[in-house]
Amino acid sequence: MLTTILFYVFATVLVASALGVVLSKNPVHAALALVLAFFNSAALWLLLQAEFLGIVLVLVYVGAVMVLFLFVVMMLDINIAQLREGFTRYAPLGVLVAAIMVAEITYVVWVRHLGLDLSSWAPAMPVGFSNTKALGALLYTDYLLPFQLAAVVLLVAMVAAISLTMRKRPGYKQQDIAAQVAVRRQDRVRIMKVDSEQVR
Amino acid sequence: MNIFATPDLLLALPEVVLLAATCFILLLDACLSDARRQVSYLLSLLTLLVTAVFTAALPDGSHIGFSGLFVVDGVAKLLKLVTCGAVAAVFLYSKDYLIQRGLLKGEYFVLVLFATLGIFVMASARSLLTLYMGIELLALSQYTLVAFDRDSPVAAESAMKYFVLGAIASGLLLYGISILYGVSGTFDLAQLTLQFHSGAAHQVGLLFGLAFLLAGIAFKFGAVPFHMWVPDVYEGAPTSVTMFLSAAPKLAYFALAFRVLAEGLGGALDAWQPMLILLVVLSLAVGNVVAVAQTNLKRMLAYSTISNVGFILLGFLAGTPFGYRAALFYTISYVLMAMGSFAMIILLARRGFEADRIDDFKGLAHRSPWFAWMMLFLMMSTAGVPPFVGFFAKLYVVQAVLDIGLTWLAVVAVLFSVIGAFYYLRVIKVMFFDAPSESALLVASPAFKFLLSANALAALVLGVLNSNLAETIAKALP
Repeated sequence: MLTTILFYVFATVLVASALGVVLSKNPVHAALALVLAFFNSAALWLLLQAEFLGIVLVLVYVGAVMVLFLFVVMMLDINIAQLREGFTRYAPLGVLVAAIMVAEITYVVWVRHLGLDLSSWAPAMPVGFSNTKALGALLYTDYLLPFQLAAVVLLVAMVAAISLTMRKRPGYKQQDIAAQVAVRRQDRVRIMKVDSEQVR
Repeated sequence: MNIFATPDLLLALPEVVLLAATCFILLLDACLSDARRQVSYLLSLLTLLVTAVFTAALPDGSHIGFSGLFVVDGVAKLLKLVTCGAVAAVFLYSKDYLIQRGLLKGEYFVLVLFATLGIFVMASARSLLTLYMGIELLALSQYTLVAFDRDSPVAAESAMKYFVLGAIASGLLLYGISILYGVSGTFDLAQLTLQFHSGAAHQVGLLFGLAFLLAGIAFKFGAVPFHMWVPDVYEGAPTSVTMFLSAAPKLAYFALAFRVLAEGLGGALDAWQPMLILLVVLSLAVGNVVAVAQTNLKRMLAYSTISNVGFILLGFLAGTPFGYRAALFYTISYVLMAMGSFAMIILLARRGFEADRIDDFKGLAHRSPWFAWMMLFLMMSTAGVPPFVGFFAKLYVVQAVLDIGLTWLAVVAVLFSVIGAFYYLRVIKVMFFDAPSESALLVASPAFKFLLSANALAALVLGVLNSNLAETIAKALP
């Protein structure tokens, strides 16, 4: 009973914030609404006893991806009026996509009424079962090789990004701490004797 | 509670050594000054040598490790050894070229070594999951290598094309894999063999997944109609990178096709044979006919690659052990010839001059008779003239197709290779019968000249000793 109430609360906020992403005029507000949507879907994962996925969703998407997103959105100077110009032109396509999605959702809901027992697909886990542990046990035993290889792929991506973008520009200003510390008084200060009568 | 069974790391010792050494070179190179960049180069060669020694020391027979995701068998060992040799040759060939263009950076060696690791992983894959990780490792390194010359707009453009199209191909491949998983419930190639025994070819799910998988494989190989990227990337990339792209990764794609089609879905031969026939005929036709119209040698060799890929797949579609062996024979001899051809372009190139037009080879016989003959050997071999190795490679794949009764396909293959002979012979004609347009002497280090000569002569020697190579392959691939 309690879980059902919780589900509807989180689901309502989720749908509302998802609508906010699409409808808000300010891209920063849209990004923030997306953060809220992620939080609520993480809560839904928790209700499904998938606590690892829920935590990862918050850590990775909210913590890293969305922060980056916000930076990009704030740095770009987006002209809303210009973006809206194409709206009527693309509206038929949007309607088509929406219609297909509604049809698909209807189909899924209809399939549910065919008598498939969906509740048996995810049996309740015993108390104290940790799916983080279960996932970890699989990742570090059976799937050790692909897991490590994924790490290598990420390393290659990093090497690639740095080697393709880092370059020494000619006018690059850089602090040389050692030179700053080793500087002597003679290098910076010149004492001039100025005769007073020369000043008019 | 001990849930952690230590995987048999000894089986993956070459990979472990290669990865550790590559990471070491990556760290060390960051501390090296430009004048001492040679250290990375020498260490990379040493890494390949040590890796090859460890590979050769692997136990014979088929061994499975990492909970069934990894396998060491004869094919894997042979592919890995040839890869080590091919990559080492690429390093030796490309050093002077890179120095002349100010491209000698540690990342070049590190990325090529990572790509080599990807090839190793693919050669030893026993699961679609491992195979895919290897493909991505190889592909990511390749995209970066193509864009390695950052100041060249052509290289950047071709890298973008390669990256975008490669991402689509990876998507196709993944989609195919996911459908196969949906149908069979397993990534394991041995399990797939059990599920799709003969007579399973009519399963819609299998056919659906297979079509996407084959499209992915064809893209990686560069078979028509998934070949659009090949000429642009070959032309745009620095020649030393083109040489790498054209050679060692072909061994990995052989492994990809072999593991998926022959080992995993061998029972569904009836399903993938017609698809391969289509790819082969189109590749042979487009590759050979369009190559005739090229004036840029790198583009011509790219179309030549496309047609050669057609021949490699020709061996596959036979679906017999002899066919797979013929395909491996073809792949190895193609790697040899492609590297030699690109090395000739590097030999003629110098600072500020790429020598990638066919006209740049005009009158080479007057400037350097020895290397004109070497190029003649390579072109003759690629065209498939006896007694060079390229002839026997073509002979074996055509034989494999004749064995399964597809006589018309064998006739088509021979016809197109006759058309193909035209553009190889044109290069020879330009070298021997045209007046030289310049008289600059060929400058290259003695090591380069020696390696190139050895490479070209190997095309002849392996042709004479083709039965020895065929025996080695038969031992690896029983």
